[in-house]
Amino acid sequence: MMNYFPDEVLEHVFDSIASHKDRNSVSLVCKSWYRIERYSRRRVFIGNCYSISPERLIARFPGLKSLTLKGKPHFADFNLVPYDWGGFVYPWIKALAESGIGLEELRLKRMVVSDESLELLSKSFANFKSLVLVSCEGFSADGLAAVAANCRFLRELDLQENEVDDHRGHWLSCFPESCTSLVSLNFACLKGEVNLGALERLVSRSPNLKSLRLNRLVPLDTLQKLLMRAPQLVDLGIGSYVHDPSSEASNKLKHAIQRCKSIVSLSGFLEVAPRCMSAIYPICGNLTTLNLSYAPGLHGNKLTKLIQHCRKLQRLWILDRIGDKGLGVVASTCKELQELRVFPSDPFGAGNDAVTEEGLVLVSAGCPKLNSLLYFCQQMTNAALITVARNCPNFIRFRLCILDPVKPDPVTNQPLDEGFGAIVQSCKRLKRLSLSGLLTDQVFLYIGMYAEQLEMLSIAFAADSDKGMLYVLNGCKKLRKLEIRDCPFGNSALLEDVGKYETMRSLWMSSCEVTLGGCKTVAEKMPSLNVEIINESDQTEFNLDEGQKVDKMYLYRTLVGHRKDAPESVWIL
Amino acid sequence: MSSENGKLLPETDAGGLNFEATELTLGLPGESRVTSDGVAKLGSKRGFSETVDLSLGDNKNTNKFGQSQIDVPEAAKSPVSKAQVVGWPPVRGYAKRRTKSCKYVKVAVDGAPYLRKVDLEMYNTYQQLLTSLEDMFSCFTIRNYLSDKKLDQVNGIEYVPTYEDKDGDWMLVGDVPWQMFVESCKRLRLMKSSEAVGLAAPRTPPKCSSAS
Repeated sequence: MMNYFPDEVLEHVFDSIASHKDRNSVSLVCKSWYRIERYSRRRVFIGNCYSISPERLIARFPGLKSLTLKGKPHFADFNLVPYDWGGFVYPWIKALAESGIGLEELRLKRMVVSDESLELLSKSFANFKSLVLVSCEGFSADGLAAVAANCRFLRELDLQENEVDDHRGHWLSCFPESCTSLVSLNFACLKGEVNLGALERLVSRSPNLKSLRLNRLVPLDTLQKLLMRAPQLVDLGIGSYVHDPSSEASNKLKHAIQRCKSIVSLSGFLEVAPRCMSAIYPICGNLTTLNLSYAPGLHGNKLTKLIQHCRKLQRLWILDRIGDKGLGVVASTCKELQELRVFPSDPFGAGNDAVTEEGLVLVSAGCPKLNSLLYFCQQMTNAALITVARNCPNFIRFRLCILDPVKPDPVTNQPLDEGFGAIVQSCKRLKRLSLSGLLTDQVFLYIGMYAEQLEMLSIAFAADSDKGMLYVLNGCKKLRKLEIRDCPFGNSALLEDVGKYETMRSLWMSSCEVTLGGCKTVAEKMPSLNVEIINESDQTEFNLDEGQKVDKMYLYRTLVGHRKDAPESVWIL
Repeated sequence: MSSENGKLLPETDAGGLNFEATELTLGLPGESRVTSDGVAKLGSKRGFSETVDLSLGDNKNTNKFGQSQIDVPEAAKSPVSKAQVVGWPPVRGYAKRRTKSCKYVKVAVDGAPYLRKVDLEMYNTYQQLLTSLEDMFSCFTIRNYLSDKKLDQVNGIEYVPTYEDKDGDWMLVGDVPWQMFVESCKRLRLMKSSEAVGLAAPRTPPKCSSAS
C-alpha cells in the first residue's frame, strides 16, 4: 500500500519519470496518484490542439511550465489542407495568460501564430524562456520583435521552416542590451535582412550561446566575426557561404572556424560554392549532425570529399544529387550513422542526379546502426528492400518515397509488397512507415501481421480494395495516426470498426472512395470524434447527396466536441 | 532508367505479365469501375495520372510544384513524365531546395572547340566569376576592365568578357551591379581583345596586345 508515503516522496519519485506516456500511466493508477501527478506536472504534450481545450488543460495542470501543441494535419505540409483550416494558437495564449500560469516554454508545430499572439505571449509570462516554432505561419517580424523586446530571460528562439513575412529586419535590434541569456537562436528560415551590427553585439553578449543558425542574407564577413565571438558554439547554421578560397576573407574564416572546437552540428549552406568547402574540413571530424539539404550546389567530388572527413556522423540530411556513388562514400565513412534523409533536388526532372535502390543498399550494408530513414528515389526493388531489411533490423522510422508513386520493381515488374513486407517483418521496433511504389492489398496484410509497434502510417496511390485498410486497422494495435490519399478504400473499410478511431489520434483520407453517408455514420456512432469534411471546390451549394464521394476527410478524437473556428470550407459532421 | 523500362510500364502490354490486376483506370470518380465483361476491376483506385491537373483547392500558398501542366492523356502513357499532382512528391520546403537557384549560362570562347556552362548563382562578384572562367579556360587570360590589376598572362592572348542580355544585345561584363547582371545574362562570350575594340571602356586605354 502506497498510502503511507507522503505526497512529497511520491512527487520526488514522479520527477524522475520524464516520458509523457509514463506520466500519463502514473496518473491512472489511483486518485491520489492522479492528484499528485497533476500538481507536479511541468511539461505537457498535446498532439492535436483540438483534442482538448486550454481551459481544461489549465484546470488539470496548474503547475504547467512547458507546452507543446500541434495543429494542422501532416498533409498540410503538401498543400492538401486549406490555409485557413485552423490551428490558431491565440486562444491558448490568451487562456494561459489569464490563468496566471507561469509558462516558460512553448513549442508549436503547424499552427497559425499571429503577431498579436506573440505580443501577448511576450508580455504575459515574466519567466518565459523558450519559443520553438516549426512549420508555422501567420506572423511577421513585428511579432518576433515583441518577443525579443519583452522576454527578458529568453534562452531560445528557434524558427524552423516557418512562413514569415519578415521584410523588416528590425526585430533583432529589439533584444535589449540587458539580454544576455540566449542559448539558441535560429532564424535560418527568414528571408529578409537583419541588422548585422545588432547581431554581432547580441552574440558578443551571449556567453551561453550554443546554437546559432543564420539566414541566407548574413554575409561571410559577419559569419567570421560571429564565430570569433562565439567559439563555444555547438550547433551552427551557415547562411551564405560563397567566397574565394584564396582570398584574405577566406583565410580569416578558416581561422575562425578552426577555433570552434565544440561544433558537432552543421547546417544551412543556403548559398554555397563547392570550392569553399575545404575551409570546413578541420571541424568535420567532430560532426555528428550534418544538414546539406538546402545546398543544391554541392555535389560530385566536392561533396564526397567533405563527407569523407565526417567519420563521426550520426545524422545526415542531403539532396539526392549525392547519387548512389556518393551514398557509397557515406556507407564506407559514416559507421555511426543512425539517421539518413535524402531529399529530391528536382522532383520533376529527368533524375540524372537522383538516387536509386543501389544507394540505399550500400548505406544499409555500411551503416548497421541506421534506424531512421527518409529516402526520395527514382526507383526501388524488392530485392533491395529485402537486403536492407536484413542489414538493418533496427529501423524505427522508414519512409520511402519513389518519385513516381505507382512504380513497380523495375527489374521484376512486380509490386513492392514483398520488399515492404520484409521491412516490417524484420524491423520489430518500427514506429513510423511511409509507403510508395506499386502496392497491392498484400503489403497491408504484412503490415497488419508484423508491424506491432507501428504508430504512424502514410499511404498514397496504393491497394486494390477495402481489404488493405482493414488489415491495417485490425492488425496494428498501436496505430495512432493513419493518413491515406488516393486509395480505393471506401465505406465498408471506414465503418468496420469505428471504435478503433477512439484509440487513435487521427485519420486522414483524401481522394478515396468514402462517401458523405459513410462519414456521417462515423460521426453519429462516435460522438467522441470530430469528423471533418474539407470541401474546397467552388460549388455554391453543398451537394448533400449521401452517395457523394468525399474529397477530404479528417477525423480525430476529442474531449471537447466540435470546434468553433472552422472556416467555410470545413464541414464538421 | 525510364527508357530502359519503357517497355515494362504497367500501361503497356508486356506479354506474359499480368498487368490487369494493377492497371490504372482512368475513369473519373464516381464512374463505373466495371470492365466490359461485368467483373469489377481490381485496380479500381484512382490512378495517379487521373489526379494530374485537378485543382484540389485554391491555397494561399501557391502550389510549390507549379510548373506547366500536362494533359492527362499524355500523362497516362508515361507516369514517369513531368505530370504533377497536388502534394506529390510529399516534400515540404521544396521551393527552397529547388535548383531554381541555379542559373546556368553557356560560355563561349573565341577559338575554343567547345562551350562550357557556368552557374552564375555560384558567385557573388564579377571577380569570382572571372577567376572561375580563367580556371576553366586556363590557357587564356581574361581582360578585366573592372580593376586595373592585370591578370596573369600565360600565353599573351587577351580576352574580353562579354555577355548577351535579355534584349539580345552584346554587352561588356562589369558595367551593372552583379545581381542585375545575373538576372539579365543569357550567355557569355569571351571575345578576343582585337575584336573588342568597339566595346572598350573609354577610361581604360585600349591595349590590344595579341600574340600568335
